[in-house]
Amino acid sequence: MEICVLYDKVRFEEKALYDKALKMGIKAQIIDAKAITISTDSKKKDFLLGDVILQRSVSHYRGLYLTACLEFLGFSVINKFKVGEICGNKLVTSLVLAKHKIKTPKTTFAFSAESAMEAIGKTGFPLVLKPIVGSWGRGVFPLRDEEVANMIVEMREENDSPLARIYYVQEMVKRPPRDLRCIVVGDRVVAAIYRYSAENEWRTNVARGGKAEPAPITAELEEIALKAAKAVGGGILGVDLMEDSEKGLVVHEVNNTVEFRGAASVSNADIAGAMVEYAISVAKR
Amino acid sequence: MKVECQECGAEIPVPEDAVAGEIVTCPDCGGDFEIASKTGDKVSLKPAETVGEDWGQ
Repeated sequence: MEICVLYDKVRFEEKALYDKALKMGIKAQIIDAKAITISTDSKKKDFLLGDVILQRSVSHYRGLYLTACLEFLGFSVINKFKVGEICGNKLVTSLVLAKHKIKTPKTTFAFSAESAMEAIGKTGFPLVLKPIVGSWGRGVFPLRDEEVANMIVEMREENDSPLARIYYVQEMVKRPPRDLRCIVVGDRVVAAIYRYSAENEWRTNVARGGKAEPAPITAELEEIALKAAKAVGGGILGVDLMEDSEKGLVVHEVNNTVEFRGAASVSNADIAGAMVEYAISVAKR
Repeated sequence: MKVECQECGAEIPVPEDAVAGEIVTCPDCGGDFEIASKTGDKVSLKPAETVGEDWGQ
């Protein structure tokens, strides 16, 4: 049995997974995704990538399309291409969550500046405008009045990326100044943390200076997190939730290359160990 | 362990437990470098990729 950790930049998480596997007596390797090339003629036996691959690229598209190539060769990759395709796109994620009747913030999608302003008007201020692809809270704007909304939409229209002109307009959830990050591995919640936003910051991302604190894994939290993970196709996932004062727990995002440095610093759970064990169980299937 | 910065020539400290693929930053010029290889006390660097729009989760 051999595990392969694929990276494009080695962070805490990739080191933790590799070290943990070795400590558990499992053969492991850590491979640079940037150095791999695959052709339509390639065969699985030409690649020494073990029995199961943990896709850990920081770049979403690199991870996604390399996973497509590896699955083409017949490798078992965590997470699957189909899971990455859903989780890497907030619009698709919202649709999948809603379709599976998982509570999620009300979100309206618009496909031109004009219809975006209409959606903003209907949603009412304050609201949140998010890019459909991207992370660490980049480009996520709280909008509180029409003047600023107009300016932001105008900026988005001038952006070179065609994705900038797909508008994701979300109600501003009335929540405490924190959200919840649940780390789901297979069919269990391994750890849960509260993420508090940093001073003078509204976003709770740890990448934005957000602080982590352990959160109790209640039966309700567990049920919703597992349901959300299953809805996107399952695997090793970070389910992000908010505590809506009216609706209760709502899922707003599912991450397919979950960062767990914040969770590992405050949780007693062996997060990396659970991930390695899960990878082995997948390889044995 | 130390390695010379490819930008400004200053010395960049490299932690003993660092592995290939990790990013080190020059304390003088702030340049980011990826550890290309590390065997014994020999470390080679290459310029790190800049943060992309699709980075992170």
